[in-house]
Order: sequence, then C-alpha cells, then structure tokens
Amino acid sequence: MPKDTGIGASTPRREDVRFLTGKGRYTDDIDVAGQAHVVFLRSDVAHGRIASIDTSAAEGVEGVVRIFTSKDFEGVGGIPCGWQITSRDGEVMREPKHPILAEGKVRHVGDPIAAVVAETRAQARDAAEAIVVEIEDLPAVIDMKAALAEGAPRVHDDLPDNLCYDWGFVEENREAVDRAIAEAAHVTTLDLVNNRLVANPMEPRVAVGDYARHDGSSTLYTTSQNPHVIRLLMGAFVLGIPEHKLRVVAPDVGGGFGTKIFHYAEEAFCTFAARALERPVKWTSSRSEAFMSDAHGRDHVTRIELALDADHNFTAVRTQTLANMGAYLSTFAPSVPTWLHGTLMAGNYRTPLVYVNVKAVFTNTVPVDAYRGAGRPEATFQLERVIDKAARELGVDPVELRRRNFIREFPYQTPVAVEYDTGDYDATMDCLLEMIDRDGFPARRAESEARGKLRGLGINCYIEACGIAPSKLVGQLGARAGLYESATVRVNATGGLVVMTGSHSHGQGHETSFAQVVADMIGINEDQVEIVHGDTANTPMGMGTYGSRSLAVGGSAMVRATEKIIAKARKIAAHLMEAGEDDIELKDGKFTVMGTDKSVAWGDVTLAAYVPHNYPLEDIEPGLEETAFYDPNNFTYPSGAYACEVEVDPETGKVDVLAFAAADDFGNVVNPMIVEGQVHGGIAQGIGQALLENCAYDAEGQLLSASYMDYTMPRAHDFPMFQVDHSCRTPCTHNPLGVKGCGEAGAIGSPPSVVNAVLDALASGGHDVAHIDMPLTSGKVWAAMQGRGDK
Amino acid sequence: MYDFELLKPATIDEAAAMLAEGDAQALGGGQTLIPTMKARLAQMDRLVALSGIDAIRGVCTDDDGRICIGGGTSHATVAREYAKSYPALASLAGRIGDPAVRSRGTIGGSLANNDPSACYPAAALASNATIVTNTRDIGADDFFQGMFTTALEEGEIITEVRFPVPEKAAYEKFIQPASRFPLVAVFVAKFADGVRVAVTGASSDGVFRWSEAEQALSDDWSADVVAGLAAPGAEGMISDLHGDGAYRAHLVKVMTARAVKGAV
Amino acid sequence: MGKVTMTVNGKSRTAEAEGRTLLVEWLREGLRLTGTHVGCDTSQCGACVVHVDGAPVKACTVLAQELDGAEVRTIEGMADADGSLGTIQQAFQDYHGLQCGFCTPGMVMSAASLLEENPKPSEAEVRHYLEGNICRCTGYHNIVKAVMAASGQEVAPVAAE
Repeated sequence: MPKDTGIGASTPRREDVRFLTGKGRYTDDIDVAGQAHVVFLRSDVAHGRIASIDTSAAEGVEGVVRIFTSKDFEGVGGIPCGWQITSRDGEVMREPKHPILAEGKVRHVGDPIAAVVAETRAQARDAAEAIVVEIEDLPAVIDMKAALAEGAPRVHDDLPDNLCYDWGFVEENREAVDRAIAEAAHVTTLDLVNNRLVANPMEPRVAVGDYARHDGSSTLYTTSQNPHVIRLLMGAFVLGIPEHKLRVVAPDVGGGFGTKIFHYAEEAFCTFAARALERPVKWTSSRSEAFMSDAHGRDHVTRIELALDADHNFTAVRTQTLANMGAYLSTFAPSVPTWLHGTLMAGNYRTPLVYVNVKAVFTNTVPVDAYRGAGRPEATFQLERVIDKAARELGVDPVELRRRNFIREFPYQTPVAVEYDTGDYDATMDCLLEMIDRDGFPARRAESEARGKLRGLGINCYIEACGIAPSKLVGQLGARAGLYESATVRVNATGGLVVMTGSHSHGQGHETSFAQVVADMIGINEDQVEIVHGDTANTPMGMGTYGSRSLAVGGSAMVRATEKIIAKARKIAAHLMEAGEDDIELKDGKFTVMGTDKSVAWGDVTLAAYVPHNYPLEDIEPGLEETAFYDPNNFTYPSGAYACEVEVDPETGKVDVLAFAAADDFGNVVNPMIVEGQVHGGIAQGIGQALLENCAYDAEGQLLSASYMDYTMPRAHDFPMFQVDHSCRTPCTHNPLGVKGCGEAGAIGSPPSVVNAVLDALASGGHDVAHIDMPLTSGKVWAAMQGRGDK
Repeated sequence: MYDFELLKPATIDEAAAMLAEGDAQALGGGQTLIPTMKARLAQMDRLVALSGIDAIRGVCTDDDGRICIGGGTSHATVAREYAKSYPALASLAGRIGDPAVRSRGTIGGSLANNDPSACYPAAALASNATIVTNTRDIGADDFFQGMFTTALEEGEIITEVRFPVPEKAAYEKFIQPASRFPLVAVFVAKFADGVRVAVTGASSDGVFRWSEAEQALSDDWSADVVAGLAAPGAEGMISDLHGDGAYRAHLVKVMTARAVKGAV
Repeated sequence: MGKVTMTVNGKSRTAEAEGRTLLVEWLREGLRLTGTHVGCDTSQCGACVVHVDGAPVKACTVLAQELDGAEVRTIEGMADADGSLGTIQQAFQDYHGLQCGFCTPGMVMSAASLLEENPKPSEAEVRHYLEGNICRCTGYHNIVKAVMAASGQEVAPVAAE
C-alpha cells in the first residue's frame, strides 16, 4: 500500500501553490530600491585582439551611470576554477586567467568587453551600442583536432598547443589494456561525438548586487544552485570580500541542470559595481545572451574500443577522448571529462581492464562545464553504444551480451577506482523487459512496416556515481572544495521546526520531501516542518545541489541533525517523566516510557526546552537546535535499464519516439511522485540530446544555434508518455536513508537506447548503418539511409 | 528595442497618411516584427498599428465565390472560419506557430513580410489569390518577388486577400524542429483548369511554384505521378543546420506527393 | 510615455508605457504582477502567455500601448474567488505538473485556453496545443496528465504507472 504521509508517500508539493498562483519569488522578481541596470557589450567575433575601446560617445547617452572595462578590474582576481587535474606526465593542468571583462583579447563570441551601468536597461543597451571597439581579428580555433595541430592559432598566447591537460586513467593499466586488446578474440571500435548542448533552464540567469554603506557589506541575489559556493569563490578569490561581509541569496530558481552551479563573471561584476557605485546593480540575461554566456555541456569526441574473448566476455575497454573546455575553464570543467567520466567506464560490467585517456582542449567557444549527468552520460553513451555495435558484429542478442558480463557480487571494486556498494542489474533488466513486452516487438514492427515505417527497439543499461562526494577522496583527485552537506534543525517552543539546509531546490521539491523525512522521524505532521534554503545569511555552510546529491548528502546531514534533536528531546522527556533515558521511546510525536502508559507529547518537550522551569539544566543546555555536517564515505550508485522504441519515416528520415521505458534502482525512495518527475525530465533531456539538440558553431566561431529559432528545445509532442519503474531497490549501504539519488539518471541512461533503436530500425529496412552522431535529425537519418552519412 | 511612437489609426486612410509621413512602418500582428525589433534589427520613428482598423478584419465571400479575408484577420480566425469551405487553408492557418501566435498574427502581416519559410505565401501562390491593397489588386504570381521582397510599395497596406477555392487542395508541412517554421512545405491546389503547386521553406528565393509538378499533375492528378518526377535541383535550396539543399529538394517531392494524396 | 489602462484580472489598472513597452514589461514592472515570466526573446517559450480579450497571447510579443482598454487575465487571476487553486492549478499540483515553476504560469494559461476551445482534448491534442510552451523540467508527461485530469478525464494516478 502506498503511504499517505512521511517517507515513501507521494506528498503533493507545498511549493507548487506559490508557483501556480504567480507568487514565486525568482531573482528577476527582486528589484532593490534605487537599482541601476547593467548591459554587457559582448564580442561578436570568436577571436581577436582588442586594439581600442572608446566609450566617450557612450558616456554621453542619457541615463548612463558608468561604463566599466577591464582597466577597472586591475588587481581583481579572475574567475577561479574549482578543480585541478594532473596530466599523465605529472604536470598540473594549464589554467589561464578568466577575467571578469576581457583583457587584451576576446576569445569567444559573447566574451564581455565592457559593461554599461545606466538608469534603465534600455538606456544601458543604447549606450553599449555607442561604444566603439576596434578588434583585430585573429583566426579562430573551433575544432578540437585542429586546435591541437601544430601551428594552430593560440586561444591563450602563452599556451602553445591549446592543451589544458592530457589525463590517463588508470595509467598503470595502460600497457595491460593495450596487450589485452591486441590479444582479444574480437575488438569492436567506435568513433563518436557527444554533442555540445546548452542546458537551457527556462529561467535565464539574473544577478542583483547590493551594497550597504552603513556596514560595508555586500549582498548578491543570483540564480544559483549553490549560494555558499558562490560566496566562497567570489568573496575569497575574485573580489576579496570576507564571507562575513558577503551574503549570497538564491531565491526561487527556475531550473539549473548544472549550468547554475558555476560562478559567473556577471555575478562578480554586479557585486563589484554595486560597491563601486554604492547603489544596487541588476543584470537580467536575455535568452540570446544566455546562449553565449551560460556554460555549455558535453562536447566530447571519442574513440572507444571494446575487447571480447571467444566466449564474449569483455576483457578490456580503451577510450580516447578530446574534451572541449571552451575558451576558459569554468568552475568545475576539468573534473567532468576526467573523474566524473573515467570512473564510470566499467559500467555495469566485469571488464577487468580499463584505460581512459582524455585530452582537454581550449577553443574559441563558450566554456563547457557540467550539464545534467556531467561526464556520466558521455561514459554511458560510448560504452552502451559500443556494446550494441559488438552485439551486431558478433550476431548475438544485445541484452544477452550485457547479461553475460553483468557484475553480480557486491561490493564490487572496479578497475577504475570506484567501489559499487549495491546493485542488481538483472533485476532492473528483468523489470524493463516485462514493461516493454519485448516478445511482442516483431508484431509491432510488422504493423509499422505495413504502414511504410521502420520500427526499432533499443535497450541499454547505465550506472552512475552520484551523491557527490567524499571530501577526502575528491581532495586527492584535485577538488579545491569539500563536498559535504549541512543542516541545522531549529525546533521552536511550540513544537514546529525549521530545517536550514545547505542544499538548494530549483525544481526538485526539497521543501516537501525534506519535510517528509523529518516529520516521519519525529512522528509529527509534515506541515509542522519548514525547509529554509538558498540564503547564506540563514543557512549553514553547504555545497548546494548538483550531482544528484541533495537527499543522499544533504538529506543525510538533516537526518543526523534530527537524530541529535531527538536524542536531546529524549533526555528532556526522561526528566519530565522521571524515567531512565533508555526506557523512552519516540513514536507518533509522543515520548512514552516503554511498557507503561506514561507519555509526554512532543510539544510539551519542546516547550520545556525553551521554558526550562522543570529541566535537567545540570546535564543539558536549554533550547533545541542542532547542526550536522555530513560527509559521505562513498559515492552512491544508481543503476538501471532503459528501452526506447522508435519509428523512422523512410521517406523523410524523421524519428518518432513511440515508447520509452526506464527501470531504475534508486535505493529507497522518499517521494515516489517527485522521483518519477525527475526521471521524466531526465529522459526528455536525453531524448532531446539524441534526436534534437545541438549547439553548433561555424568554422569562424559564430554560434549557429544562438536562439530557440535554431536550438531545438523538445516540445510536448516530441514525446510519448514514459513508463518508469523504481521498484527494484538495493538500498545504499552507507547513508542513513539508504537513498541513491535520481536527478541525473534519466539524462544519463536514455541517449544510447534512442540511438540503438534508430539504428535497429534502419537495419530492419536494409540500411546497414553502424553509427550516426547525435542529434539524429531527420536530415542526418535520411542521409544515412542514402549511404552518405557521417560514417 | 529602440523607442518609437506608436500610432493607432482607426481607418485605412488614416493609416496610409501616417505611413506616408517620414520614417514609419506598419505593424500587423507583430509576431515577426516585434521579435525583430527586440533584437534591434529594425528601427523606426513611428510604428503604425493596424489592429485598430475594423475594416480590414474579418472574412466574407464575394460574388465569384472567392473567399475574402481582411488583411488584419488573425490566423485563429481563418482556421475557425474555413474549416469547411476551404479546409486546406484553414488547416494551414491552424498550424502556423502556436495558439498564442495565431491569436495575434495576421494574414496581411505574413504576406507582406514574405519570410522564405512562412506558411501563408504558399497558400496564396498555389490558390492564385489576389492581394488587395489600399491602392490596387496584385495577383499572387506578381506579388512574391523573392525572400522578404514583395510588390508592395512603401506605405502600401494589404487590406484583403481573395482566394479562389480549388476543387481539391492540401498543405503538407515538414517543420524545422526548433523554430516550427516549415523546413519545407508544399501547398497543392487543383482547379478545373489545372494544378498549382507552391513550395515554401525550401528556396533562398522564397516561395516558388514547382512547374514540373504542376504540369504533371494537371495531366494526371495522382501521387504516383509525383514519385516519377525528379526532385527540383538542390542549387538555390536553403542549406543550414537543419537540412542541406539536397534534403530540402527531396522533401519538396515527398511533401508534394503527400499533399496530393491528402487533398480534400 | 503615456498612461495605459487595462482591465487586469477583473480590476481596472493603469501604468505608464513607452511606445516600446511590451505587455509583459507593463505587467511585471508597471503593475508588479511578476507571475508572468520571460524565458526567451524569440516568441518561442511561452512562459509569458496571458489572455487578452479571452485569447492566449505571448505578452512578450505585443505592445502595451496597443492594448489600451483590453481585458487581460494573468496567472494571478486564475485562483478561485475564495483564493483556493482553480481546477487547472489544482490538477497541476495533484499530478506534479511542475517542478521549477518558471514555465508554469504560461503553461496554465495555455491549458486554460485549450480547455475553453476543446473541453475534452485527447492526449495528442493536448501535446499539440502546448507546442508554444517549453518546459525543461517535466518532460511534459505530468503536464499532459494534469491537463487531461483538469478536463475531467480519467488519468493514471500519480506515481503508480
């Protein structure tokens, strides 16, 4: 029976009421009295030397307050990078300065050159147009292979080869992997591209900087997934503002998907300018501006080789990837193609030997960083595609080939550093096959063929590492931050409580699901629990929300803090009932002396904590407020099996997704409704990547997909209803809730099954197409059917 | 947007007078012009909104049985009014943009803009419509003069569009998935004296008539006849992120055959 | 600058507008009705959809001065008279038809127009009608369910399919 309250219940979301009535408070809804507006003048060329900037005419435009260029930022730090990678040769990665406003050169279309602060946004834009900038064009490097070629133009003058790092993992395994591949009974090789994407949360980024003259403190309102991280990076590394003089507020945030993790120049600018001008400064990104200033995602070019023995056991995997960093290093960019990617290359399989090589490359494009899944979709895609290709080459069933190689004993130490704690890959595959009626597929295919259409079925598995992450481990791997999470639980005298969490909700529904957990632990109504997040002034230092970590890490901190609360409340209850602490039981919001009918209500205990007339003051302090920081000792490992059924129109190449099914193992589930919503959204983004979305540059570095007129956002009629199931549960063994995280799974697991399905459909029509690079647009699929595809 | 003065005439004459004076531009439904202005790609001192002119809104049928649509009539209205009497045209109007765009966008605005990927030019050209302005009548064959170019003079306003109703017609649209404009769309209209086939989205010259198909279909009205034709040449076809010239040329043929098959 | 007056959610409201002031700017900045959102600049995303004289309109693609005297309904006017969620709003909550909430106002306004035109739409009709409203969070699955449910049609219960 589904529960109707607490952990496991599909409690309707409390935050919905304000969103459904227009009462949400997003950053752009915040206007601070006296605010001025900033508009950035951005480069319209991909690469060039700034010869001169003449602001004299612009300064005369009505309403202009001040115009800033890089000269105003002398002595101000660049935007920092939060993760350092070490190359195979032991050298640390190259880390060029990322200035707030371009210094000397522009390095991508959209690179900000100057900033105009004016009374209104329109005036600021008028003035920005009046700035005269002379740029000497330089040849742009867009393609990664060209960027690494000898004599290529340099994105950064002091970096001769545009290489950020050359990473090998596990370097000690390299020779053994080479040998295993040389000696294998069969080797399947696949060259593929993981297409560049733009995250496109529906709310564009906004920043409002404010400065308080009376105490010299700064406040930044910003569209962030992690306000404390922004406070730390911007305060300590860019502007030199101590954290006690800097408050960062991320109110309602309209989606993030990774792109709102990072610290951006516009945030630093607004904070800096507000202090310089002693008045609030607001920036609101347009969507067109977002396309050239939000960090992009993915953009890998990969060759993967899978070696098998005569019995079709996987013996080795070797991959070489070029990963695009763009023109500068965004906050967590270096970690994405390395630790978030290489560590997943074992997948769900017992492959004993794995070697991953990644060269990160600077190009004259927008910086690339984490986007939903971050590294793990890239790993899953190449592995699950090469397995399908191997199955076809060997003439074996792709599901059976996977099953033959499944890991079945846990914990399982992979050859790529991580240790999976739990999982049951047969169970999710069984569940999937039941959902999709695989046996009925031939009949469905025949029905499609009768209508002149080609039908295909694609299946794949995935595993991901999330619940990011053990601080000690990531520190060894180059992270410049810890990745714990925090919670303060403040119980009020009348028994209601407030949880202040370092996690941040921008669509995930924490205000509801977190309250379910705490209410369940104490046995009170969910509406007695309020969740506060998104403001550094009233939440403990936390690392925010990404990497499917909120419940696994932030929820664990909250559980720990609540446990401390309960322990203390038990002491108070024991005192009130004159009983031994060990004899007290908390159930349904009531402390009872076990084996008696003696009890005291939760509210009486909390009242006693704040009105301590009858209270064990000699043992414990008054009040009832506890903080916990939780640092996980491993990642969590959600896994699953996904299937996609498509129909291809052979006349036009158009692909229609007819069915999509996902069987996930997320461990324990707090709110099934929210979990399913997360999976739906992830699948939609994964299908979007596979069929529709593509961030494209031309050879000169002009962004071709610079608005929704050319960047295909999936719409309602691009999808069928999804079938999702999360009944296979192997709870995480190392966090108190046994949860694994569900935010990214859909986006990680879905692209390979879509591509596998399309190729299966084409094969049924006699088109022997080994691979088509994403997105599988109708034009590309049609060309492939004409025998003139990419490969 | 650059600022401008918004003028709201109540009659065509007032509007014409306003447009004749200085740097002024007409505003139909604004569904293309306003985004263009937001991107600061258009600038004018005065914008003359035609939405207040009742005389150019609404639909009727003339003595020759032609359907007459006021230039300021919204796509939503056309979609609603002609579902029975000219279903192909209604279906086209009902698939432009999205419901909110169809509430505001007008037939006059669409034709005057002549976007190479707009829907209405295909209907007007295939139906051999007459574009009526405040000064004259212009036949569709003379009206469309290449991408974003028409026979309209500066300040001339489309007051009405008159469509002869074909025996059979259909509009087949293959959308560009991001913008939802046609990647290629074909309007086929069968009249007693012959067939007209107009193609939009495909050519960098804007809407055009595919004469080989017209000839063949006039002789033998069947989808199979289209299958036997060579696709139009890929030269001159638009080639972009969403499809190259060869693909567009191929789609012209596919969409034409489907339109013939589905014509009502 | 000029004064523009419209009937907004049943009340006569007046605020300044330049020639270039868009309806969405007039609502958000002039009236501080910030429920209507701006998610793009090319008339694609639909976060700004409101009703003007009963029809759905993208408030980012219409000039405020042009609508002097019009009747406008926004998300702030969709609740029932007693302040409780209206039928469509309630269905969105019941069926988890929103996550970050940013596209939601436009989605609800478009859904309301759909149900006015077509009180019992099929799933395909719902998906087609919402063509001009982009959601990045939900994959549309639960939005479609919510609209179907709001129309009084049977849908699978939440989190049980």
